[in-house]
Amino acid sequence: MGATVRVEASVNGERRVSETEARTLLVYWLRDELGLTGTHIGCDTSNCGACTVHLNGEAVKSCTVLAAQVDGAEVTTIEGLGRDGQLHPLQEAFWKHHGLQCGYCTPGMIMAAADLLARNPDPSEEDVRHGLEGNLCRCTGYHNIVKAVQEAARAREMAAVEVPGPPRETPQAGR
Amino acid sequence: MSIVEERTGGNGYVGQALRRKEDPRLITGSATYIDDLTLPGTLWAAIVRSPEAHARIVSIDTSAALERPDVEAVFTGEDLADLAAPTVFFWKPPGVEVKVPEHWPLARGKVGYVGQAVAVVLGTDRYSVVDAAEEVIVEYEPLPVVVDLESALEEGAPLVHDEYGTNNCFEWSLGGGDLDAAFEEADVIVERRLVNHRTAGAAIETRGCIAEWRADRLTLWSSTQIPHIARVVLSIQLGISEDRIRVVAPEVGGGFGSKLQVYGEEVLACYCSRRLNRPVKWIATRSEDMMTTHHGRDHVARVRLGAKRDGTLTAIHARILADLGSYHLIEGPVIPTFAACVISGCYRFSAVKCDVTGVFTNKFTTDAIRGAGRPEGIHDIEMAMDQLARELDMDPLELRRRNFLRKEEFPASLPHGVIYDSGDYDGALEKLLEHVDVDAFRREQAQLREQGIYRGIGFSCYVEICGLAPSRVLGPPGWGMQGGYFESAIVRVHPTGSVTAYTGTSPHGQGHETGFAQIVADKLGVSPDQVEVIHGDTNTGPFGKDTYGSRTAAVGGEAMARAADKVANKAKQIAAHKLEAAPEDIELRDGEFRVKGVPEKGMALGDIAGEAYIPVDLPEGMEPGLDETAFYDPENFTWPFGAHACMVDVDPETGKVEIVRYVAVDDCGPAINPMLIDGQIHGGLAHTIGQVLYEQVVYDSEGQLITGSFVDYALPTAAELPSFETDRTETPSPVNSLGVKGVGEAATIGSTPAIHSALLDALRPLGVEFVDLPLTPLRVWQAIQEARGEGGGPRASEQARDVGPQGQGPGFGPSAPEGGAL
Repeated sequence: MGATVRVEASVNGERRVSETEARTLLVYWLRDELGLTGTHIGCDTSNCGACTVHLNGEAVKSCTVLAAQVDGAEVTTIEGLGRDGQLHPLQEAFWKHHGLQCGYCTPGMIMAAADLLARNPDPSEEDVRHGLEGNLCRCTGYHNIVKAVQEAARAREMAAVEVPGPPRETPQAGR
Repeated sequence: MSIVEERTGGNGYVGQALRRKEDPRLITGSATYIDDLTLPGTLWAAIVRSPEAHARIVSIDTSAALERPDVEAVFTGEDLADLAAPTVFFWKPPGVEVKVPEHWPLARGKVGYVGQAVAVVLGTDRYSVVDAAEEVIVEYEPLPVVVDLESALEEGAPLVHDEYGTNNCFEWSLGGGDLDAAFEEADVIVERRLVNHRTAGAAIETRGCIAEWRADRLTLWSSTQIPHIARVVLSIQLGISEDRIRVVAPEVGGGFGSKLQVYGEEVLACYCSRRLNRPVKWIATRSEDMMTTHHGRDHVARVRLGAKRDGTLTAIHARILADLGSYHLIEGPVIPTFAACVISGCYRFSAVKCDVTGVFTNKFTTDAIRGAGRPEGIHDIEMAMDQLARELDMDPLELRRRNFLRKEEFPASLPHGVIYDSGDYDGALEKLLEHVDVDAFRREQAQLREQGIYRGIGFSCYVEICGLAPSRVLGPPGWGMQGGYFESAIVRVHPTGSVTAYTGTSPHGQGHETGFAQIVADKLGVSPDQVEVIHGDTNTGPFGKDTYGSRTAAVGGEAMARAADKVANKAKQIAAHKLEAAPEDIELRDGEFRVKGVPEKGMALGDIAGEAYIPVDLPEGMEPGLDETAFYDPENFTWPFGAHACMVDVDPETGKVEIVRYVAVDDCGPAINPMLIDGQIHGGLAHTIGQVLYEQVVYDSEGQLITGSFVDYALPTAAELPSFETDRTETPSPVNSLGVKGVGEAATIGSTPAIHSALLDALRPLGVEFVDLPLTPLRVWQAIQEARGEGGGPRASEQARDVGPQGQGPGFGPSAPEGGAL
């Protein structure tokens, strides 16, 4: 093992501290050190987006971020998206509209979609398609993903709730 | 979490668009894929791979890697001399010689493709084994390389395997009817050379596995479509009896055929675990996956189609060259022969023939990728049909209609010996035309052309062969696959009435747990929520034959239905005994086994299960328990079909093609869950739109893979695709009791020619006659430039020759219709 760094971050609202190899990527830190395996790895080149998480409320590809870079930051993964045992509206909508098949890209896709809705609460089909072009899905042809994201946007509008960024800043989302 | 609104139980779940049972774990990040598993004491494996496409291995120096403190072992091909057998190959067609070069998990003496595994490094840290692999020094003596499929057959071409004296791996043929006479009868004969280029399955989860040798027994967890077949293969290659091997497919992140395989790394992980007495884990990087997860397609076909002046078809003859790469995995060479099954499409012919020649090149193996031979076959005939229609000056849909097998002709025996089970090709096309007004489209097209917008429409009518089974046709005496193709299921009712159902099929996204739960629920009067479906573990259910070839519903679903029927029959006997009625008077209604006409006399499944497991008052001679197994081997394949229409816009200035509208009408028999069917169609369409417009596995003339990552291999994103319009007709198959046919590959089979044809329709006013796949902007733009007589730089073919992508040798110009109408 090479040089190590201390990383302290808020992950899904919990304080996590570890001493990790300096070259460790955020995605491996989350998966191998914190056991948060819902975030997946699909490529070596930041093309597929399976590893998308929120860093200080914005979607990032966690294979392109070093664990060392999140020291002092807030990270949200798919495991932290739902609240109080309830699914987030995007999770509900993906389920309802069959927006997933093998499920491998799904956590990253949902995290990217949450970021999209935070920036654009009422996206057109075109907006959704372009907003998710950093995330690859081989199963669904994206058809039902687009439907799911648009439905979640409507549900969110109806409920007038925030799609969460970092947990501490966002009151009760996801009903 | 419930997938149904009310837990009434009873009949009627089959046919409903229920939400999937699988999804709660998948949308919350709690599913367990292969890389989510790690065992105590695990050693990580990193593979040293060949940078040469064809070379002799002169020496391997592992000393530097071995000196690293966290490296436990390094093995080369020589170290694995005690493996019991090389890659197991399952296709031995009667009367046909197929050359099968020895293919070992680590190369022995020679490499035949870039990425071939040469050594494995095992160590305690995921990162450091990769560093150590860099320190294994391999000296190669390069050998001449052959990359292009057609050049490989030329006199004097470099040989992939010296011992054969040729790159021709096999020649196989299927035909029937008097071909010469049928062409003699024809007034018009068209010929067309068609390329169906090399593609990748590109599941978003790469391959990976963990092997654990413990207490003289082996467990392999692998991201595979075929745990049951893998156990057989491991038994043979490792020389261990099957009872000591367990193979588990955890959550599998997509397959598309690419995990219908037993790869060298799976055998290697098992071998190393046994040798080192430690668990061994290997996860492919994306680049490794692009290099060494089998590719698909890669055919060049020459199709000859004969018809009378009135459009009546007489004969079709296709000669297919299939690029196999340098070595086989379990079954690659059989895949192109599946094109032959559907080469006559939806039409009546008096003679049909398809010849397949398999060719060795210094590239990676091709094998089954979604569609597996059928997309190529349907592309061949449908593009030839369009050409024939133009030659006859006939509406292409009218030409198709005139030659369709009529629904009353089924089961239809075709000249080449296949029997289509059921079909209504007119019905599917009619349904498609309810969605697509061709006259209105033509008016719109003309108006758009005045504005400089080039819009085109393409159609295809397809049939596919699915439900892989039946053993007597596919197996040793027939097609020559050395295996059976039945399916198995157990339906186990627990003492309080909930149900566990085991299937021998093994999913990777299709929704088996939901669809099978719907089938069982209807048979037993329970809710799908009460049925847990277990799969993908050779230690939990009977031997099964896994998932590929659109076989899950038609073979696995029927096995499940039969096991559930056995349980229901026993339940009826118990209910009859307890309710003092005759078993034939018991019916399943509103979730209860009731005496007909006496609704107050009934028993729920849980009550019956209680009687079965506390066996104090069972009918005379009945065994305790409520747990039944079924094995099912069908009499025939199933033959789904459909009609597709695609509309595209082409930008003549850039060559960019945009799908404006896609309408798919598919018939896979009665729906078990229409939502899952639509999902399969959407995914198949995206897969083929990707292949036709963007994706290609490209090797240069030295055999270097140019498209080794998602930077270079262009999977379509949401922004490249439209929303799809889908509809269905439902023509039951007589082959199984559910009437289902299978749908996983349908859209890849129907869509290639529809998209291709739409592009050609759009380009026709520009004088472009033909463009080969893939329809990338460069190739389309060059075809337009050439038709305009404006040159425009090197043609796609010439530029391709400079970098030398595979399958792009001489004659691959954007024009180049060879023969045309005679």
